[in-house]
Amino acid sequence: MYKYDEYDHAMVAARVAEFSDQVKRRLAGEITEDQFKPLRLMNGLYLQLHAYMLRVAVPYGTLDSRQMRMLAHIARKYDRDYGHFTTRQNIQYNWIKLEDAPAILEDLASVEMHAIQTSGNCIRNISSDQWAGAAADEITDPRPWAELLRQWSSFHPEFSYLPRKFKIAVIAADEDRAAMRLHDIGIQIVEKDGQHGAAFYVGGGMGRTPMIAPLIKDFVPLDDMLSYAEACLRVYNRYGRRDNIYKARIKILIHELGADEYRRQVEEEFVHVKSLGIDPPKAEFDRIAAQFAPPPLDASAPDEIDRSDPDFAVWVDQNVAAHKLPGHAIVNISLKPVGGIPGDASSAQIDLMADLAEKYGHDELRVTHAQNIVLPHVRKADLYAIWQALDAAGLATPNLDLISDIIACPGLDYCSLANARSIPVAQKIATRFSDLGRQKELGELKLKISGCINACGHHHAGHIGILGVDRKGTENYQLLLGGSGAEDVSLGTITGPGFDEDGVVDAIERVTDKYLAERAEGERFVDTYRRIGMAPFKEAIYG
Amino acid sequence: MKLLTGNDLKTGFVTWWTGADWSLHIEDAADVGEHGEAVLAVEEAARRVNAPYIIAGEATADGPRPAHIKDRIRALGPTVRPDLTLKPADPAAGDWVI
Repeated sequence: MYKYDEYDHAMVAARVAEFSDQVKRRLAGEITEDQFKPLRLMNGLYLQLHAYMLRVAVPYGTLDSRQMRMLAHIARKYDRDYGHFTTRQNIQYNWIKLEDAPAILEDLASVEMHAIQTSGNCIRNISSDQWAGAAADEITDPRPWAELLRQWSSFHPEFSYLPRKFKIAVIAADEDRAAMRLHDIGIQIVEKDGQHGAAFYVGGGMGRTPMIAPLIKDFVPLDDMLSYAEACLRVYNRYGRRDNIYKARIKILIHELGADEYRRQVEEEFVHVKSLGIDPPKAEFDRIAAQFAPPPLDASAPDEIDRSDPDFAVWVDQNVAAHKLPGHAIVNISLKPVGGIPGDASSAQIDLMADLAEKYGHDELRVTHAQNIVLPHVRKADLYAIWQALDAAGLATPNLDLISDIIACPGLDYCSLANARSIPVAQKIATRFSDLGRQKELGELKLKISGCINACGHHHAGHIGILGVDRKGTENYQLLLGGSGAEDVSLGTITGPGFDEDGVVDAIERVTDKYLAERAEGERFVDTYRRIGMAPFKEAIYG
Repeated sequence: MKLLTGNDLKTGFVTWWTGADWSLHIEDAADVGEHGEAVLAVEEAARRVNAPYIIAGEATADGPRPAHIKDRIRALGPTVRPDLTLKPADPAAGDWVI
């Protein structure tokens, strides 16, 4: 994985020193909250319901065990012994004291991490496929390109004050595990005539106006990728609306201009940008790419798995995915125990996952946008030992992609923007469907919950989505069906009037019962929904 | 009744105006009545509390309570982690929040 060079170290150290001074001045009363707020947000420090919240960047979700242990250390020393992994592949701490923030950033810098650009109207953390470098279906590892974008976008002087925040995802497989087309820019590395290039999808997003990004360019030579991204951003920066926060995202600009006109302007700008020479020389890209070289995997490792322990076998079937190399596997660690808080992990659990990565996983971990953790490179022969350790720590719930593997934003329990609580609803659904046999009978069913219209819980992209709203001072939950953040991307449709907390759980049960009654051979929930439409489900829900 | 609330500058913790100072406990909150805006202006200038604001409250036998669910959750802590609330040992502490 990428290691900081002298410039990375110097940039992060300078920012830590700068922010330490700003905090000192704020605590001394020398600057007001209005003056300080944009400064703290540039460093990922929010003020939430109960305390300051620090969002730490995990570039493209990739961590080593040393960094993971630092995340545990911060949880233990400065927070309340846990962290919350997010849908942006980051981690958030909910109980940070302002006076501790500089020390935390220093600790993060010591392991080549920071919280820069995890807030504000800038290019945020670049996200990617959590199985990158290990997936059997990828054409190349997308992370060197994600890292190149990270370096290009960090402190980019032209794009530090965009009309609105900006999110980029990079993948290199046909299976989309990063919700690529629901980003401001989704880049898919594709192959054409034996050459790799970047397909640019621009103008996707969730929030109050969800949109699927249209294809703007089907093949950009990778040598031109940064220039093309720069051109996309320049057109947005020039014409994106700054007068109305609700219309400021690039998706609105492209919707209003039309994809063809936006493409025309980008192409025109690209000709100019290309002349500036911002794409790196090959040697620099090769330097970055070399740091993502595959770990020294043993091609002769045994491919068999001893499945004699039935509980282990259940976990293998659900949470272990195919690795590109025989004898190896991708382990998906669910942070969704029944009745637990989606995405939360204690410092002890974080430490344990770091230990397992170090001992069995070539020192690599990934954070997923579904709020789980991945060990991307493990030998099949080590799976049983890994499972035993995870099971002892409450981390072996075998529910990946099942109905209880719920994405949920922090909701009104923590978030100052939320209108309703998300976590208790997730807990009740997971408890209602806690029987694993029942979950497996339902099959792949992605359920996603947001506590407000900002859609941090990706409710638009859930096979079943839930949106919490405030109805005259009480929590109310709208139900959506038919969304997907994967390669079959689609946006969910609201079923009708909303429900209270218990009512929405009952409604979901009626929906899943209807699915079981209607499904054809081999159909997932979302397939059945697409075949038979909303009406039968609406009838089942509302009578 | 009207209550004045904000988040403590140093810790970010939720805090309530008692009539003379700030307290972490909603039970200590004072009805600022007609004087809310004046207290708010003074306290904003003092820069001890972030973004103070006035909310509607209700007087109950157990003390003042915020009218809106968001401020009730602020007053106690996350409903999903009773161990992290201001009254972790009291299983009934959150009964009035939701």
